[in-house]
Amino acid sequence: MRNEFVEELCYLAKNDKDIILITGDLGFGVLNKFWDLYPKQFINSGICEQAMTSFASGMAVEGKTVFTYSIGNFPTLRCLEQVRNDICYTKANIKIVSIGTGFAYGTHGISHHTTEDIAIMRALPEMRIFSPCDPVEAVVATREAYEHKGPCYIRLGKGGEPTLNKSSVLSCKEAILLKDGKKTAILATGSIVGEALLSAEHLQKSNIDCAVYSFPMIKPIDISSVNYILNKYEYIFTLEEHTIIGGFGSTIAEIAAQNTNSSQVIRLGINDTFCSEVGSQAYLRSFCGIDAEHITKRIVDRVKSK
Amino acid sequence: MTSAEFAWRIRRHAIEMTCKSNSSHIASVLSIADIVAVLYNEVMKTFPDCPNNDERDRLILSKGHAGVAVYTALAEKGYFPLNDLKTYCSNGSLLSGHISHIVPGVEFSTGSLGHGIAVAAGMAMAAKVDGKKHHVYVIIGDGECNEGSVWETALIANQFRLSNLTVIIDHNKFQSLTLCEDTLELLDLSQKWESFGWSVININGHDYNEIKTALLYRDMEKPVCIVAHTVKGKGISFMENNILWHYRPPQGDDYFNAIEELEAMKP
Repeated sequence: MRNEFVEELCYLAKNDKDIILITGDLGFGVLNKFWDLYPKQFINSGICEQAMTSFASGMAVEGKTVFTYSIGNFPTLRCLEQVRNDICYTKANIKIVSIGTGFAYGTHGISHHTTEDIAIMRALPEMRIFSPCDPVEAVVATREAYEHKGPCYIRLGKGGEPTLNKSSVLSCKEAILLKDGKKTAILATGSIVGEALLSAEHLQKSNIDCAVYSFPMIKPIDISSVNYILNKYEYIFTLEEHTIIGGFGSTIAEIAAQNTNSSQVIRLGINDTFCSEVGSQAYLRSFCGIDAEHITKRIVDRVKSK
Repeated sequence: MTSAEFAWRIRRHAIEMTCKSNSSHIASVLSIADIVAVLYNEVMKTFPDCPNNDERDRLILSKGHAGVAVYTALAEKGYFPLNDLKTYCSNGSLLSGHISHIVPGVEFSTGSLGHGIAVAAGMAMAAKVDGKKHHVYVIIGDGECNEGSVWETALIANQFRLSNLTVIIDHNKFQSLTLCEDTLELLDLSQKWESFGWSVININGHDYNEIKTALLYRDMEKPVCIVAHTVKGKGISFMENNILWHYRPPQGDDYFNAIEELEAMKP
């Protein structure tokens, strides 16, 4: 996803000299194309996420469209108050881009597990949150974040994610039906949508026809589609590579709480704990019970028990 | 109007506002009153009738708790009615205790320390990228120099040779609970900023000529840091160098005594 983000940003910058890309000294081998093409629009602020964020706000109030770039929790949690006061309160035209979210940097340890960012960013007024599942959605998310004149958070994977959208994506603002189904649906966001699709395949062996929806935008969320899904399906599961507290599943549950016809929502995610082990993204998904195998079992148990 | 008269007006409004609203930080306001007066009265290019005119010089008050100094200066310049100052910190007012950009003429909201200086550096960077000629000033506190983001910005501003940026340190030697030197020793601030690659000037922060000369100084290669030696609570004898007045609002006899002292020294 990160390469597609950079490609799209290069494309946008071709016609907009006010686009500024600021990196917190990360992106080796990834940002080079932008750096080479637009050296006057590229800034390496050094390893200074707090100053980088306020600095970006200063440039934004002077008319620049600023993308701040780093990995994991560095451009969000490390400088949370700068994001809140200097970006959100001033409605600064800044796009915070984080690479390697969820467990993408799983072996690097807890510092690099980006598993509370949605909840925290979602609580900030004015902040929009994009969470694409694949390179196709990542391109559209980059463009739509650029078009929105205000704060955005773009939550990306690391690289090499498979393309899950088999047809073109017109907008990230609407839920995307990736696989149709009856009675059961998984609503997911980010690259873990791939596990949802795999689970839906496995569920067919148990005669469960499960729909899979991708939500590349979490805030504001496509509330009409959410309500449609809540009313249509009998068994509804949310899936995210993130704590179950305050994130995507909570967003859906909050809408369900206002919908008197909604089916019950079961949230699948990380259960309010840090991982006691390190490992690859695939390993940690399994460890936390959010890979295809585990979620399939959860869904089968739930559907068959009723 | 002279800057002495302008500063006197800032102080006079400040006593009224902090008394009426029963609010803190009067000593911090008095500390920077002379610097703010010279900035708005003699140095900065301003457009009160068109606050967003792109040619204006920018001032960020990074020590946002002293916002009264800027609010009063803006009102005196005509950015908004002087009468609005009476609403300071009252229900429904735009004038918050820590400065906010929703007030006409205020460039940026601050209140949490260590933010404004980096914002100012970003504004200076944008101006440099676009070849614009205005200057960016930012006032920070000496206690604020405890914040790591101040030093992050010191590195960044040097790296990008932001010669259109001037930082003014209100070096009144006090911070929230006690003296700076009894909190986190700053040692020689000038030496520190010089070692970060800045051009440093030391001045008496209450001498109008020294303030003006320093504010107009430009280094073609480096950002400028003015270490302004000031007195916390300057202008009201019983508030000077007394940490009590970082928080205590002037009430009762204190209010009347402060007004009496100010009226006696009216320029």
